Amino acid sequence: MEFKRIVTIENEEETRAFGMELAKNAVPGQVIALMGDLGTGKTALTRYIAEGLGITGRISSPTFTIVKEYHSGRIPLYHFDVYRLAGDNDILSGQDISGEEGRPIRERAMDELFNIGADEYFDGDGLTVIEWADLIEEALPEDALKIYMEYGEKEDQRIYKCTF
Amino acid sequence: MKDNKFLTLGIETSCDETAISVVADGREVLSNIISSQIDIFKNYGGVVPEIASRHHLENINGVLDAALKEADVTMDDIDLIGVTMGPGLVGALLMGVSTAKAVAYASGKPIVGVHHLNGHISANYIQHPELEPPFMALITSGGHTEIVQVDDYDKLTVLGGTRDDAVGECYDKVARVLGLGYPGGPKIDRIAKEGNPEAVHFKRVFLEKDSLDFSFSGLKTAVLNYLNSEKQAGREINRADVAASFQQAVMDVIVKKAMDACEIRNEKKLVLAGGVAANSKLRAMLDEECAKRKIALYYPAPVLCTDNGAMIACAAYYKYMKQGPDGLDMDAYPFLEL
Repeated sequence: MEFKRIVTIENEEETRAFGMELAKNAVPGQVIALMGDLGTGKTALTRYIAEGLGITGRISSPTFTIVKEYHSGRIPLYHFDVYRLAGDNDILSGQDISGEEGRPIRERAMDELFNIGADEYFDGDGLTVIEWADLIEEALPEDALKIYMEYGEKEDQRIYKCTF
Repeated sequence: MKDNKFLTLGIETSCDETAISVVADGREVLSNIISSQIDIFKNYGGVVPEIASRHHLENINGVLDAALKEADVTMDDIDLIGVTMGPGLVGALLMGVSTAKAVAYASGKPIVGVHHLNGHISANYIQHPELEPPFMALITSGGHTEIVQVDDYDKLTVLGGTRDDAVGECYDKVARVLGLGYPGGPKIDRIAKEGNPEAVHFKRVFLEKDSLDFSFSGLKTAVLNYLNSEKQAGREINRADVAASFQQAVMDVIVKKAMDACEIRNEKKLVLAGGVAANSKLRAMLDEECAKRKIALYYPAPVLCTDNGAMIACAAYYKYMKQGPDGLDMDAYPFLEL
């Protein structure tokens, strides 16, 4: 994986600045894919992207409903969290514990994503932000902006590795 | 009508479960079929419920037949069709709504769309025949954390909700990092019984003074940070202690906010709803705090805490009695507000 930019984030304020910048440059039909473990700040970054788009109201986690739409900003925001598309499986280990043999987690997740109508969102008139995008990487548009989010050495430090 | 009772068919497909029930006079459950809880599907072809509408499609006719059969009624006996119209996954919701509309059109019976959370609250009307509004409701589940004032069967006001993760979601994620597996709620609840809730101090997030909102995202990160720092220091992690301390931090906040809500609105009845209502710690703490304040505490049996058709039939019955039927042009609303 080739990264165009590696950003060290020291605190929440820098997360906010980064999110605001993404929002400023956002155009309809753009997809931002966030890849990173629990606690790396995917939902927090999305909340600041929403703020940057001028979206008012609460941005809560879409884990349960997979996608939430927001229409009060400069352009619509489609906030995906595909965590649950893996069913009962542990996304990161890739271990299939559901017993449905012969169907890899990723393949099933992609089916589910298709059922939700994700491609219509991706090509839609808004900005799509996807949490846990690792799981559905094959389904992402070629020009998706990918951000790999990792823990830094210090407690609040995060490293964003960007493909753009 | 059958035996002079008004029969409501309740259809719930907002998330993982395909669930259909027949309820008499709003509160008497004649059948309550939940796809994941019956074996017939496993026997022919291994349909495991997942979140896709495809699974609802495969299940729904069988579940409908089973619900009517177990209630010993036919579609002719049904007086009203109730269905969850939101919030939830759009494809999943549409399966229920389309089925309800098709059945309503074919049979000429009236149809009513129900809010999923009103359904969860209504599970308590089934469990407690004497319960009537007004009361305060606390809804906690994988997708919801809300405090709702219920002034009448069809008059509900959200006083507070989560600003980030739902409580059940937070449980699932913490369970994952503790290696406890899925679903996280029952697993943490169980192991926490062997742990010391004061072993690790996690910050309680109460937000602004008088706010009835919740925030659990920071707590999730605090648990992660604790586990990382212990690992780096080479110390062994006592999972029971971490689970107990985490659970205490969650419940301290939820219980305090629920009590605040009752106090502010001077309510003497508190109703629990949603999957996390089955949590033993939450019930124990609320039992104690409610007793101190002479607040009556209500919660449904576990089968009525999870998504089910009976709660939807009950909510539909009362909505119909108050407002009459919806049109056949009713639709699914994935982001429906209460």
